[in-house]
Amino acid sequence: MSAFEPGGEPASIASVTDRVRPVAIGAPVTAIYFLGERAAFVGAEESVALVDAQGDGQGAISRVTVHDGGILCTASDGARIVMGGDDGKLAALDAKGEVTLLAQDAKRRWIDNVALHHDGAVAWSAGKTAFVRGGRGEDKTFDMPSTVGGLAFAPKGLRVAVAHYNGVTLWFPNMAANPEFLEWAGSHLSVVFSPDNKFLVTAMHEPALHGWRLADNRHMRMSGYPGRVRSMSWSAGGKFLATSGADAVILWPFASKDGPMGKEPAMLAPLQARVSVVACHPKQDVLAAGYSDGTILMVRLEDGAEILVRRNGTAAVAALAWNAKGTLLAFAAEDGDAGLLTL
Amino acid sequence: MAESSSQKIPVTVLTGYLGAGKTTLLNRILSENHGKKYAVIVNEFGEIGIDNDLIIGADEEVFEMNNGCVCCTVRGDLVRILDGLMKRKGKFDAIIVETTGLADPAPVAQTFFVDEDVQKNARLDAVVTVADAKWLSDRLKDAPEAKNQIAFADVIVLNKTDLVSKPELAEVEARIRGINPYAKLHRTERCKVALSDVLERGAFDLDRILDIEPDFLEPGDDHDHDHDHDHHHDHEHGHSHGGLKHYHDEEMQSLALRTDKPLDATKFMPWLQNLVASEGQKILRSKGILAFSDDDDRYVFQGVHMMLEGDHQRKWKDGEPRESRLIFIGRELPEQTIRDGFESCITS
Repeated sequence: MSAFEPGGEPASIASVTDRVRPVAIGAPVTAIYFLGERAAFVGAEESVALVDAQGDGQGAISRVTVHDGGILCTASDGARIVMGGDDGKLAALDAKGEVTLLAQDAKRRWIDNVALHHDGAVAWSAGKTAFVRGGRGEDKTFDMPSTVGGLAFAPKGLRVAVAHYNGVTLWFPNMAANPEFLEWAGSHLSVVFSPDNKFLVTAMHEPALHGWRLADNRHMRMSGYPGRVRSMSWSAGGKFLATSGADAVILWPFASKDGPMGKEPAMLAPLQARVSVVACHPKQDVLAAGYSDGTILMVRLEDGAEILVRRNGTAAVAALAWNAKGTLLAFAAEDGDAGLLTL
Repeated sequence: MAESSSQKIPVTVLTGYLGAGKTTLLNRILSENHGKKYAVIVNEFGEIGIDNDLIIGADEEVFEMNNGCVCCTVRGDLVRILDGLMKRKGKFDAIIVETTGLADPAPVAQTFFVDEDVQKNARLDAVVTVADAKWLSDRLKDAPEAKNQIAFADVIVLNKTDLVSKPELAEVEARIRGINPYAKLHRTERCKVALSDVLERGAFDLDRILDIEPDFLEPGDDHDHDHDHDHHHDHEHGHSHGGLKHYHDEEMQSLALRTDKPLDATKFMPWLQNLVASEGQKILRSKGILAFSDDDDRYVFQGVHMMLEGDHQRKWKDGEPRESRLIFIGRELPEQTIRDGFESCITS
């Protein structure tokens, strides 16, 4: 894995590397979101760097301190980013750079996970406890049997998927009904609903995904990865789930009612490096993939055609994000070397 | 991709039965003027006074890996905490994990064997067990956790030695040695031990598996003329050789194998893998330095239960005896089966 030749890309590959505007964040970045026309580079610790997306490259980077310590989890609805930290705080940052403290853990426990609903509800967790705050502000809590590994709001209704050891709990914070429990042995970390609300997929501690078809709770085992899946992204319209964790982008088909059951995933853009991040374009069947050697490619889902965005030879790509219109791609490597590509 | 072990953050695991003095040792490590910053992962968060900037409460959540192996358990909370701590890389030099008094050290150690992300960023330095000189002998009889912690240890801090007589101290040391003759043993009062004796030990560093000789007590230090007359109903027995008492713990033992004849790698490797697959629940720790026929390199390995890691270490030096040595520490080890199996791996 360590052997690569900088600049050794095949000559035939189309490249847009000359159209990338470099952004020097200067500190490790773990996530990127677009807040309107500003790209927000979330640091591993303390602060978020806001960069005007349409600037000439000389525009100032404004740095906003959000946490007193490590930033452990993030979620965004396009208007704000909600973040949890090892300072026990849950805070929101908007496009103007204003920070709002949403909650503070009384015992200063780490805020491990956060999720946002498009109607403004926010869910977070500290240890075994999951919290939900609806639009009207009242907090609901639910203690899980083990530490929460991931949180996701269902696209419809106020329903939260809480991943933990040995399965996922589907919690309806506003209903007296008992939560539903989807069981599967092992440690479940991040969790996502398909955009059509028909499937639920978790990334497990072991290098595999596990899925359920929600209509009948049928299991879907999605394994064969050489490494743990840390990044999952739904393609526009939810036809595919793109994932990291292998030396190619693994693309699971979800268009049919059976999802990926009994089907092989597509493998796109294979390199001699591990895919570390994937981000699907919001409108077209195109994705951006970042690799452990620093390479970034844009890949067309239909035929796997590739365009080079960033060459290899640096730290692993840590984050990728498209703006809502799909006209801008922001990226950052683990060492804080970042950039913006205008399409 | 492979980062050298020196860039990885060392993690020291601090175990010991309730009341042995873990927190005392932890506070001693933190308060000493060493210029280093530690991230401390503790259980019973908030109930003990520890003065440190980076202190994280853990839940000791153990889960089984989905590989069909019941003893492949890892600490899920530790995976999560280490992942979070890596966001603050550069803010600390080392990590100390304090376990509860009832904890089994194996899942902690195994976390470092199986988790890719943990392996990338951190390395297990040593398992340090604090033992209470006054009460350990009793706990070894009634608390399987205490026995596990002694068996698993790389370093044993035998604490509260001021509360026992010399014969009592010799007695408890002999009992420790009956289980684990390989750990470095330090006698302390109020956990007064040099930090270099508990930190940066490299006990899980394959390159440092040079020293798998028993850590014998310094002779002459305690001249023991005591005769052990009590008859332990749990089938332990003691006897004296030249003033030092030896105990054989019926349940937990160590087994050392040695040969100066070369081993056949094509026989040895399958044998070792089968052994840990079938007896891995009983084997707590294993280590070895191996000389294979037609191989000029020393091969070293170590294992925790069913998990093994090994590598060619270096060339055998001129004049260095090409001797293979293995140790197993475990519960009810099938000694004769292991000895016979080992013998059959010698190149004929």
